[in-house]
Amino acid sequence: MPRPDSILREVKPEPETDAAVGAGLDALDIPAAHARTGRARVRGFARRALPPLVAIALLIVVWQVLWALAIWPEYQLPAPRDVWAQIAERIPNGEIAGFLWVSVHRAVIGFLIALAVAVPLGLLIANVKVFRRGIGPLVSGLQSLPSVAWVPAAILWFGLTDPAVYFVVLLGAVPSIANGLVAGIDQIPPILPRVGKVLGAGRVAGVRHILLPAALPGFLAGLKQGWAFSWRSLMAAELIAQSPQLGAGLGQFLHNGSSLNDMSMVMAAILLIFFVGVGIELLVFRPLERAVLHARGLAGAL
Amino acid sequence: MTAALETYAEPVVTEHAVRLAGVGKTFGHGRRAVVALEEVDLEVAPGEFVCLVGASGCGKTTVLNLVAGLDKPTEGVIELNTARPAVMFQEAALMPWLTAARNVELALRLAGVPRSARRARTEELLSLVRLEGVGDKRPHELSGGMRQRVALARALASALHQSTSDSTPLLLMDEPFSALDAITRDVLQAELLRIWRATGTAVLFVTHDVREAIRLGQRVVLMSSRPGRVVEQWDVDGLTGPEELTAVEAVNARLREVISTHAAA
Repeated sequence: MPRPDSILREVKPEPETDAAVGAGLDALDIPAAHARTGRARVRGFARRALPPLVAIALLIVVWQVLWALAIWPEYQLPAPRDVWAQIAERIPNGEIAGFLWVSVHRAVIGFLIALAVAVPLGLLIANVKVFRRGIGPLVSGLQSLPSVAWVPAAILWFGLTDPAVYFVVLLGAVPSIANGLVAGIDQIPPILPRVGKVLGAGRVAGVRHILLPAALPGFLAGLKQGWAFSWRSLMAAELIAQSPQLGAGLGQFLHNGSSLNDMSMVMAAILLIFFVGVGIELLVFRPLERAVLHARGLAGAL
Repeated sequence: MTAALETYAEPVVTEHAVRLAGVGKTFGHGRRAVVALEEVDLEVAPGEFVCLVGASGCGKTTVLNLVAGLDKPTEGVIELNTARPAVMFQEAALMPWLTAARNVELALRLAGVPRSARRARTEELLSLVRLEGVGDKRPHELSGGMRQRVALARALASALHQSTSDSTPLLLMDEPFSALDAITRDVLQAELLRIWRATGTAVLFVTHDVREAIRLGQRVVLMSSRPGRVVEQWDVDGLTGPEELTAVEAVNARLREVISTHAAA
């Protein structure tokens, strides 16, 4: 029954058979949903998490064996135990936490600034022809330029300060994020912006309600790459730019190990850098990507 | 007023849902120019159901795009009696990241319906297309026919909210059922007629299927191809049984005649 404020008129009910046939079709046609039970989730997690864990365990075993065979001197191949000791002895006094804090908060801040710069830039390149022709190739080119190359320039311009570090991180991450957004927008089916237009979306509403959400899968891939690039740019900057003002991050830890010719410390630093990079991807970007793709019915492989 | 509609002259308020007068459309310039439409005159009265049929390349879709404001005519005038005609395409073109209900709500939101009224209106529209209870499903979890019904609810959301006394809702449909299997199409045609009666919207329905046009429409308009022109019109309101069959044969015969003229050229 339509309500008093209804937009609809009263219509005499149509034959029940039509409704029944329609309902039957609906029931038959709905793609079978595969509900995931709690146990399936646990199994899925085990299936994904076990292989890399086994691979890591195997690597450590091989490493231990090679060390035990004493083919290389200790200062070239330290024992796994010694490397772990380098990390373990710095945990109680908070040194490791300090390294992690300095590096990770810098990488996150750098990444967020890069995001704020890259999104408008990507939107301009994707939507304005002049920008696409003029700046597009430059941004793509910058993506293949190792951001380490900017470290000397950054030090000359900004000195051994935080802005120098952020500058390098930005030049590493912005092109990836902007390019990801452009790729995401280019892959939008052309019908969706048309739908937005006939529904009455203006420029701003069109970007907000259609363009950005539709470009999200490509954009997320760009974000993931952007994070990887900001992390490695940050490590390059920290490794090269040394000063008390900059504080001690993982790059400085690695640099100290190298200065002291202490291979176990070098390897400890590398391991920490590796696990932070992978950890953030697994904890932040992977679930985000999975959620987005799953919602759109694209999550086949993940 | 939308950006899309500002591209041509202010719609003139008429007693028609839409009126095309001497509308022409040419794509490209100079020697490569293609005349898609020439001197098209067409009127749809408020609440009328008009079907546009013709062979491929007759500019049926171009007509819809012009009326929808997706494109500008190169000649002639289009008078609309609504700020925003609603459009339904051959594919549902739902936003894949939104649930069925959210897709309908997006249309209401873009049409400026206040937040407090959106939920109730969405529910009403979804139940109108018989999709109560699937509002929280995503498009990929629905069948093709259900997706097209969500698209219909979305189009209605955009068309109906503004049906004040001085504007008449208009629904433009571009072969919306042609990608569906026969039985689903049959059910959806019946649903569309029911919904058309319930909403009182004017419909301009493009199809290449003469049978479908005669079953649905009150009036069938045949267009020729390259350039598209209106060739003939038939009043087919309320035809049933043998009369309906005769009409299908008559329109089909004329359509075949129009198509054969292209073989000679």
